[in-house]
Amino acid sequence: MSTAKNININLKIWRQKNANDKGGIVDYKLDNVSTASSFLEMLDQLNEQLINNKQEPVAFDHDCREGICGMCSLYINGRAHGPETGTTTCQLHMRKFKDGDTIYIEPFRSKAFPVVKDLVVDRSSFDRIQQAGGFVSVNTSGNTIDANATPVPKDDADKAFMAAACIGCGACVATCKNGSAMLFVGAKVSQYALLPQGKVEAAQRVQNMVRQMDEEGFGNCTNTGACEIECPKGISLENIARMNREFLKASL
Amino acid sequence: MAKSALLKSSIAKKYWMALTGLFLCLFLAGHLAGNLQLLVPNNALNFNQYALFMTTNPAVKVLSYLTYISILFHAIDGFLLTYQNAKARPIGYAKSNPSANSSFSSRNMALLGTIVLVFIVTHMVNFWAKMHFDKNMPLMTQSIEGQPGMKQDFYVGTQAGQYYPVEQVEIGTHTDEHNHAPKQFKLVKKTELYHAQANVKVADLYKDLYKITLAFFRDAKYGLYFTIGYVLAMFALGFHLWHGFQSAFQSLGLNSPKYTPIIKFIGKAFAVIVPLLFAIIPLYIHFTK
Repeated sequence: MSTAKNININLKIWRQKNANDKGGIVDYKLDNVSTASSFLEMLDQLNEQLINNKQEPVAFDHDCREGICGMCSLYINGRAHGPETGTTTCQLHMRKFKDGDTIYIEPFRSKAFPVVKDLVVDRSSFDRIQQAGGFVSVNTSGNTIDANATPVPKDDADKAFMAAACIGCGACVATCKNGSAMLFVGAKVSQYALLPQGKVEAAQRVQNMVRQMDEEGFGNCTNTGACEIECPKGISLENIARMNREFLKASL
Repeated sequence: MAKSALLKSSIAKKYWMALTGLFLCLFLAGHLAGNLQLLVPNNALNFNQYALFMTTNPAVKVLSYLTYISILFHAIDGFLLTYQNAKARPIGYAKSNPSANSSFSSRNMALLGTIVLVFIVTHMVNFWAKMHFDKNMPLMTQSIEGQPGMKQDFYVGTQAGQYYPVEQVEIGTHTDEHNHAPKQFKLVKKTELYHAQANVKVADLYKDLYKITLAFFRDAKYGLYFTIGYVLAMFALGFHLWHGFQSAFQSLGLNSPKYTPIIKFIGKAFAVIVPLLFAIIPLYIHFTK
């Protein structure tokens, strides 16, 4: 028994030809959108309509469409990944919207996330933060030790796993009034700092990752807590506190 | 690297913000305890003695210099953070729904802090500067039992309702013929009044901060506005503390499922009770004249 129906919506979408274009909001009307479709499927439908009308389709990021890859983004009606909590945009469905709704769709905004085109932003600043220290150095010369051979307390393992759930989508940065990346970096620092394998390089890791974060132009955290609410993976503010502790320990 | 990171890094700024903020919370509690003495009727002597202690005791002096530094650092760091954070998002959103994920207080710390800073400056001009630098500060005289002509409390000059500056008593420029401070008294160490001929201490003098405070909030023309301004500033302080108190603990890395709910509760209680008690005092003074 399907409760799906079709709705007509108004869209206000950020269009920007390229990184140097000024860009602006453009209005679209889209009819007969099934409430069973996902938000990205709705955008696919819009793009079909645009292509049929010989117009440039809207560029947006997407990959797995299963809520685990962290590729999709979008600031929908003033919220990162839209109105539903604990989901990525690909897992947001049109049943969350009503017939006649006006929906704003904007790219994630941050100095460190420059717009490439339309709704696509360059999040490689996150990659550079990871490269600065978000790893464990392992000697792979044939004597690699099985990871499970090292005992890890269950509580630590759980916390590390919860931190590692971060998919690096950038919703924390997008929603933060300060454009701070501390939830992301806090999660990445924590997932290693909690494990014996990661403790070895803990001090230089936190210093290098925080320095890279600052260099990329992210803002300073003021503990509004918006990131934790909007994070599709429920990464806790405890990770930022842990990063702060790790940073102080490493700096003293 | 470690040393420069402790000053420049985004996390170091959080630490300094938190430490100075928490110290200022302690200051607020101490200041409030002193102010509450104003709620006791006719408490001039106790209050002025307390004010003298707070401006002369060496330990309190150290704390007060720490407070000045904390206020300056907290404010400068705050303005710097606000400026840098504004730069972190050069292009804003056309539509934003911040109330869905954060509190009013947390998003307006800079605005609330600026209001509190402006209040602190005016407050210091009105009271602190007078206490420290005003040569015309009225003096309260606490007479010593048994000395001639000094049976009751009065202000220097011995004529009811008239005040005389410390310096004028000291150098004795005002004489009886001008109907001013009697020449037979001399001031020692700025706080003790001696009978000039007998060379006996006849009274202790206190800068009358009590009188200044009451007169300020009971001013016929502006007293009501001063009272309203004070109460509004306390609202800003309350909202600032609502986020700031618990935020400081998070910044210091103190976040755990066990203690954070308790810290948040204490923070909110502090944010309501402290500004409320502060605000009651000028309201009481103004409306009981």
